[in-house]
Amino acid sequence: MGRMTFVFRRLLLLVPTVLGVTIITFFMIHLIPGDPARTILGIHATPRAIAILHREWGLNRPLASQYWLFMDRLVHGNLGISLYYNVPVWGLITSHLPATLWLICYAAVLAVIISVPLAMIAASRKDAVRDHIVRAVPLLGLGMPAFWLALILQTEFGVRYRLFPVTGYGAGLLGHLHSMFLPAVTVAIALCPVVIRSLRASMLNVLGADYVTTARAKGVPGPRLFIRHVLRNAVIPAVTVLGINIGFLIGGTLIVEQVFALPGIGALMINSIFSRDFPVVQGIALTFGIMVVLVNLLTDVAYASLDPRVRFDR
Amino acid sequence: MSVISLPAGAGSPESSPQAAAAERAQPRRHRWYRQPALMAGLVIIGLILLAVIAAPLLTSYNPDTQNLNATLAGISSHHLLGTDQLGRDTFSRLLYGGRVDLRIAFIAVLFPFVLGTILGSVAGYFGGWIDLIIMRLVDIVVAFPFFVLIIALVFVLGPGERSIYIAITLVGWVSYARIIRGEILVAKRQEYVLAAQSGGLSNLRIMARHLLPNVITQAIIYAMSDIVQDILAIVTLSYLGLGIQPPTPDWGTMISNGQDFLTTHWQLSTIPGLAVVVTGLGLSLIGDGLADLLRPGQ
Repeated sequence: MGRMTFVFRRLLLLVPTVLGVTIITFFMIHLIPGDPARTILGIHATPRAIAILHREWGLNRPLASQYWLFMDRLVHGNLGISLYYNVPVWGLITSHLPATLWLICYAAVLAVIISVPLAMIAASRKDAVRDHIVRAVPLLGLGMPAFWLALILQTEFGVRYRLFPVTGYGAGLLGHLHSMFLPAVTVAIALCPVVIRSLRASMLNVLGADYVTTARAKGVPGPRLFIRHVLRNAVIPAVTVLGINIGFLIGGTLIVEQVFALPGIGALMINSIFSRDFPVVQGIALTFGIMVVLVNLLTDVAYASLDPRVRFDR
Repeated sequence: MSVISLPAGAGSPESSPQAAAAERAQPRRHRWYRQPALMAGLVIIGLILLAVIAAPLLTSYNPDTQNLNATLAGISSHHLLGTDQLGRDTFSRLLYGGRVDLRIAFIAVLFPFVLGTILGSVAGYFGGWIDLIIMRLVDIVVAFPFFVLIIALVFVLGPGERSIYIAITLVGWVSYARIIRGEILVAKRQEYVLAAQSGGLSNLRIMARHLLPNVITQAIIYAMSDIVQDILAIVTLSYLGLGIQPPTPDWGTMISNGQDFLTTHWQLSTIPGLAVVVTGLGLSLIGDGLADLLRPGQ
């Protein structure tokens, strides 16, 4: 199978997944106990408001017809109207998306910057003390609640030492880099254990390869060997790990945005939960789902085109 | 690596995974008590469990009793970790909160474990359209970031313990299904399965008695890191006010309540957060140790 066929097949596989994602977000409303319209509206549930929501969501129609209505609007870019802001949900999401994308990219870059040297230290001498330390310490990050770390960093570096702003998104490139440093570090720390682990494993693999032995035998000095021969070949798997963990990465941004009051869709989702703004919660869940599916596709395609050893028969 | 020769009957399909692992005659350094990670993890988790179980012996304060004359008290011999803004003893709430969080986390991990194992076995063993449907379902659930789906599900189901179980089950089963399916795909081609099939045993019996004991190890190892994830989910939901409802103590609510006092009373939020971190570390160490013990050489 050629490269193009692989990409095409991968795109075809996308269709059922994306459809499934829409079905799950559609069905969320039916998990609400009782009359969804009444429950969502809570104390604002006047008969008129309930009737409007019923008509809006087609709740009195058969299920298949409701889903058809949902999909028909979706393909026309209509995710409904926010109950709280009273504006189209799609507009809300697009205006909040940049901050989230910034945070994801920033955190991913920081995670690589933190992980690569640590993985190199660990892999440079397997089973040595430094290897054990580099393997054990990131385990702390695995069980660390992101919102808690965010609060601590905020208090220490934002309030006490005033090195970084406590909240906000900043303006301009440097402003973003400065304002979003603490949130990005928080997300990166949660991601590092996974990246370090796989990077170390792939470096150990590369270190055992024949071409490294050859380079050693030719007398290539240690640092040069590591950078030219090992790192270059070990980074591809690390980037793939980042791609595979995009769901994890995105999930981490949700609450961190909330704590740092960043104007991203994660914070928007949590605030919408507090204001019981169901269409926004639904729209954002859908956006996140489709984002993950697309990044996974890109990771697969990028991996396949970067690494000539990837074979396409599966 | 020297491997001692296998005793007769090693790896018989009817034996439990632990027995099978022992029968594989590990080299000495693979005995469980010689795994530093596993031992450290067991000690940490053992101490935490002991502390939360023995909570009534370690503290004389009721975690819910308010004392409005002694709000936000500092660390003292009366109140080991001070009191919160309602005058409740922080140390006592930490212990009783741990009871709640750990109980829910340990129960919550069972449902996706069982559901995922069943669906994964069925998908792997039968293949064909059953496999296709189950694996498509896995792809769809995996498309959602873990926290996004958990938070959205608990939001629609309403806050509380029951919703946490349902949400974690609906989201968590996919990892177990993937792991078990992969293992079954390999194991079902082994001779002992073919022998059982030609012996006329029912599919159910082959799956339950012959295949599962041989493939469950990977799922158990994964369950350790899954509990960590579940604790984080419970604590995060409670922090947002969607999880355990007050006045029941729990670590997430404690962090949330203490965050307004972080600059003056650091212990209120910091200590429960540290409790989560240390519990996560202990469970991760157990998971790593188990992995080294049960699948050496990988």
